[in-house]
Amino acid sequence: MIDNFDTKTLLPVRSSQGLDSLKHQEKKDLVLVNLGPSHPATHGTLRAFLALDGETIAAAVTEIGYLHRGFEKDCEAHTFQQCIPYTDRLNYVSAMINNVGFCKAVERMLDVQVPERAIAIRVLACELNRIIDHLVCAGANLVDIGALTNFWYTFNVREKVYNILEKLCGARLTSSYTRIGGLSRDLYPEFDIEVKAVLKEIQKSVKEVKTLISTNRIFLDRTKGICIISKERAISYGWTGPTLRATGVEYDLRKSDPYYNYQNYQFDIPVGSVGDVYDRIILRFYEIEESIHIIEQVLSKLPKGPVMTDDKRVALPPKQQTYGNIEGLMNHFKIIMHGICPAPGELYDFTEAANGELGFYIVADGNKNPYRVKCRPPCFMNFAAYGEMIEGAMVADAVANLGSINIIAGELDR
Amino acid sequence: MDGQALLEKISAKFSGTVKGSMDRFGQLEIQLEAKVIPDVIQFLRDDSECAFNMLIDIVSIDYSAFPDWTGDRFGAVYLLKSLTLGHRAQLKVAVSESNPEIPTISRLYANANWLEREAFDQIGIRFEGHPNLKRILNHHEFVGHPLRKDYPITRRQALSTNESLMDEMTVRLKEKGWE
Repeated sequence: MIDNFDTKTLLPVRSSQGLDSLKHQEKKDLVLVNLGPSHPATHGTLRAFLALDGETIAAAVTEIGYLHRGFEKDCEAHTFQQCIPYTDRLNYVSAMINNVGFCKAVERMLDVQVPERAIAIRVLACELNRIIDHLVCAGANLVDIGALTNFWYTFNVREKVYNILEKLCGARLTSSYTRIGGLSRDLYPEFDIEVKAVLKEIQKSVKEVKTLISTNRIFLDRTKGICIISKERAISYGWTGPTLRATGVEYDLRKSDPYYNYQNYQFDIPVGSVGDVYDRIILRFYEIEESIHIIEQVLSKLPKGPVMTDDKRVALPPKQQTYGNIEGLMNHFKIIMHGICPAPGELYDFTEAANGELGFYIVADGNKNPYRVKCRPPCFMNFAAYGEMIEGAMVADAVANLGSINIIAGELDR
Repeated sequence: MDGQALLEKISAKFSGTVKGSMDRFGQLEIQLEAKVIPDVIQFLRDDSECAFNMLIDIVSIDYSAFPDWTGDRFGAVYLLKSLTLGHRAQLKVAVSESNPEIPTISRLYANANWLEREAFDQIGIRFEGHPNLKRILNHHEFVGHPLRKDYPITRRQALSTNESLMDEMTVRLKEKGWE
């Protein structure tokens, strides 16, 4: 079986003796199987290499990097503003949270004051994106374990949220909505009404999905007690976000290190108790409801005013000034040609993304390009634990588990 | 605990190993010698007043193109977080070009294994004692370290055979008692 993989002898341990020697030592036939890297159930290019004892996974190792495209190197060759579209492609299921995370880090570096309205709209955008990220995760996870109907219920409303996001920024997935110092554009006039209507539909579909699964014997058997990870192990693996909370740790950056006035909104942090696939799926439905509460609160007291700072270091002047007076023209020229140049320094900044703590460590050297950008993708930590979690489980459980830890290859491999 | 108190605590416990400190936008960066990293981090993890139970990230940096840089070529930043006490720590190690080595902390945190592999892959810092220090994001036939400043962004490499993963599988099966 392994011979198929070994056409070259570049690596130290790659000869077909590897498996043969094992077979002789244990006198038992383990079958080696590749799960991925290209398979509908892997939701991206991830590879798990399994040694199967019957249908049970005796040992599993994983390989990542199939979607590695050099995000960090690309950032070094582009200006700070030009990095924003690259961040869309990290977690492409909730692109706006990445935009916000990156801009927030750069703004802290520059000490730019973002207008209150822009901050409130960023919260709206983040929570809408968190909802669709959870809908995708739960919907796709359920379809992986055979519950196709739920997929339509979650993806129908997701589509409606995308219609709103499209009207908001002009794109569906690759939003690039934020700018350093604010947003690319303000809300459109009917935004308020449309969001409220969609929120109702989301609540309805979440309720429907919960009704479909909560007493469904097949669903419960497929998820309860499957691929459990303990609190301690999850923390040691650096898990954050819904997957950590499913193990029972009440940790959410929106509460523990509040930013963007999250401390002013009323919302709860749902936590699980077991840390199995069931907890990880169900927790996301509760989080969707909390995000809906946050959105309602933001909409009820949305501040008025500009959505872009007037800080000359980062904001382009209004067109009348660019064409009307020399200062405006120079300001425009400076930003386009010389870029945004934070003073030399290093900064780590983080946001609560849909998957967990999304961090950016940025090194600036005083030029318009970042000197170094290190992205801390939350699902890198989740996938590091994947091999260990599925050992002892069955192949079908490995698929159910992969969906529940919500691996997005775009941010995993960068 | 704030950064200053943490700095004093580390200085008292490991005298002479703290090389300096610097404020990084409200977070104190504590600069340490490479060889004490596992001891210091273990202390920070196990001490009840520190309780840094989570390793957030390991950031590797190549300073060779930094304007007016006189220090060692590479740097590694360890970001720690305590979920119980809520504080963070930022430790930095300078790594020389001639001997780019730091002792591993992979036995202290489960995710350090992959994070150190990434730092090795991208910048070329070697983590002494790491159980499986091989590339993680780049292909195993890849030559060089792409995030070094002397690696041109336009360079392309032809990579052919996929990895068998048998090296890791053999070890893992042994650990699981399949001998």
